[in-house]
Amino acid sequence: MGVIEVSHLTKYYGKARGIVDLSFQVEEGEIFGFIGPNGAGKSTTIRLLLSLIHPTSGSATIFGKDCIQYGPQLRREIGYLPSEVFYYDRMKVIDLLKYSASFYPQDSTQRMNELAELMELELNRRIEDLSYGNRKKVGIVQGLLHRPKLVFLDEPTAGLDPLMQRKTFQLIREENQRGVTVFFSSHILGEVQRMCTRVAIIREGRIVEIADIRTLQQNNYKKVRVDADDLDAAYFDMPGVTNLERQDGSVRFFYKGDINAVMHKIGQIAVSDVTIEEPTLEEIFMHYYE
Amino acid sequence: MTMNIFRQEFKMRQRSVITWSVAVAALILVYTSLFSSFADQAELLNEAMANFPEGLRTAFGIKDVNLATVLGYFGFLFLFVQICLAIQAANYGVSLVSVEEREWTADFLLSKPVGRAQILTSKLLAALGGLAITDIVVWISTFAFIALFRGDRTYEVKPLLMLLLSIVPFQLFFLSVGLVISLLVKRVRSVTPYAMALGFGMYVLSVFGDLLGESTLEKLTPFKHFDPNYILKNGAWDLALVLISVAVIVISLVGSYLRYARRDIPAVV
Repeated sequence: MGVIEVSHLTKYYGKARGIVDLSFQVEEGEIFGFIGPNGAGKSTTIRLLLSLIHPTSGSATIFGKDCIQYGPQLRREIGYLPSEVFYYDRMKVIDLLKYSASFYPQDSTQRMNELAELMELELNRRIEDLSYGNRKKVGIVQGLLHRPKLVFLDEPTAGLDPLMQRKTFQLIREENQRGVTVFFSSHILGEVQRMCTRVAIIREGRIVEIADIRTLQQNNYKKVRVDADDLDAAYFDMPGVTNLERQDGSVRFFYKGDINAVMHKIGQIAVSDVTIEEPTLEEIFMHYYE
Repeated sequence: MTMNIFRQEFKMRQRSVITWSVAVAALILVYTSLFSSFADQAELLNEAMANFPEGLRTAFGIKDVNLATVLGYFGFLFLFVQICLAIQAANYGVSLVSVEEREWTADFLLSKPVGRAQILTSKLLAALGGLAITDIVVWISTFAFIALFRGDRTYEVKPLLMLLLSIVPFQLFFLSVGLVISLLVKRVRSVTPYAMALGFGMYVLSVFGDLLGESTLEKLTPFKHFDPNYILKNGAWDLALVLISVAVIVISLVGSYLRYARRDIPAVV
């Protein structure tokens, strides 16, 4: 049984589309990537699962229980880092963290201090005086201090400097190794690629593909680049080739199919260099959005 | 109810409660301090007032009032206290949940392991706690300043007690109606216009009711349900009218709980 099971979940805001007929499962202990451009419905999905909003139709369960009916009880085991972080006026970092901790039955002081130290938080500063990146760090700490079993991250690294991004990723990985399931929403493919085991691609409110990151990269496309003198791009115009283009003495294309066919084709001409590699998720992604 | 939300809410409203309480106390102080000079020239005053256009006297609630007596005078000034209390309570009601949605803290609070009914109850009680403090300040300033400035004029205590007791349902009316209005609109961009419109609007409605001699309007506004002159004159509430207020409070509260339970919290745009 999945930690999250979403079945035909649909949300319309009046007539505006939120998400349409979404179904997927998140398994225990995985980092599940949820990727799509802004406005695709990523936040809507997370907000539905947290019962911040109510579905138009369909349903979702978390740990096997309906996410709305058992919302308060379920949220004890859930950590949530919203995409934008705003906090109560005049509150110091430490006050906010203590307020957050006070909602959970267990004593979270120790974990709170650990996380605050790791994220280099200045506990006695007022939140309104903090930079966006620092507020985001407060958000990360408040989302994790109660040792949740399931974590929702909505664009977790936006606004963080590269060093902090790396720390955040490391932190999430450590949580994951302890058995925490992570639902990771992002529009930056690189980070999803680095972090996630499986990924759902969402577009205009619908899921276009759910796949293993590896399968997505391996079984589909190869990125081929051939350098040769006087090479005509049309030479490689064969079944399975897409995005064929010629640039500065090299020909690039994506290929899907029997790799031997391409190898054979390349073998027949004199080349100065050949590269065949996995496309990045970004490139695969573009394919879904064409 | 959860203690931590109550405490947080109470703390956030502290400044506002203090400001309102001081303002209302100052209002009572200034008015009562003028009482002896008013009363000393009672005859002159009542004569002068008789020359005021009737509409004006009605608007200030001094049509059939003898400003030379302690209670007559206090009924006149209490109207201004009521306007303040109405705007304060309406403000707390309208902002109760809307403030979190405007400043996006709703996401923080509602993703914690608490149900919405619990959140609403804790917030309501915290707001009531704030209003109760203002209420107590009104009680203390009333008795203190009357004692200080009444000179050798006496007054009956019971009607005054009945008037002061009416503050609680009066505040509740504006708190709960403010709350239900904030939950009926999609998003409250600014609290003040709503609070002013509700608090002051109800006062204007009662004045119009008087001016036009229109008794249907009386049934709508708590300024009529808890008319200070009526309570001070009769030493009792007009129960039929008070029950209308109570009904509105109950309906608003039930409506608020139902609306809030089903509410979609708007996302950051």
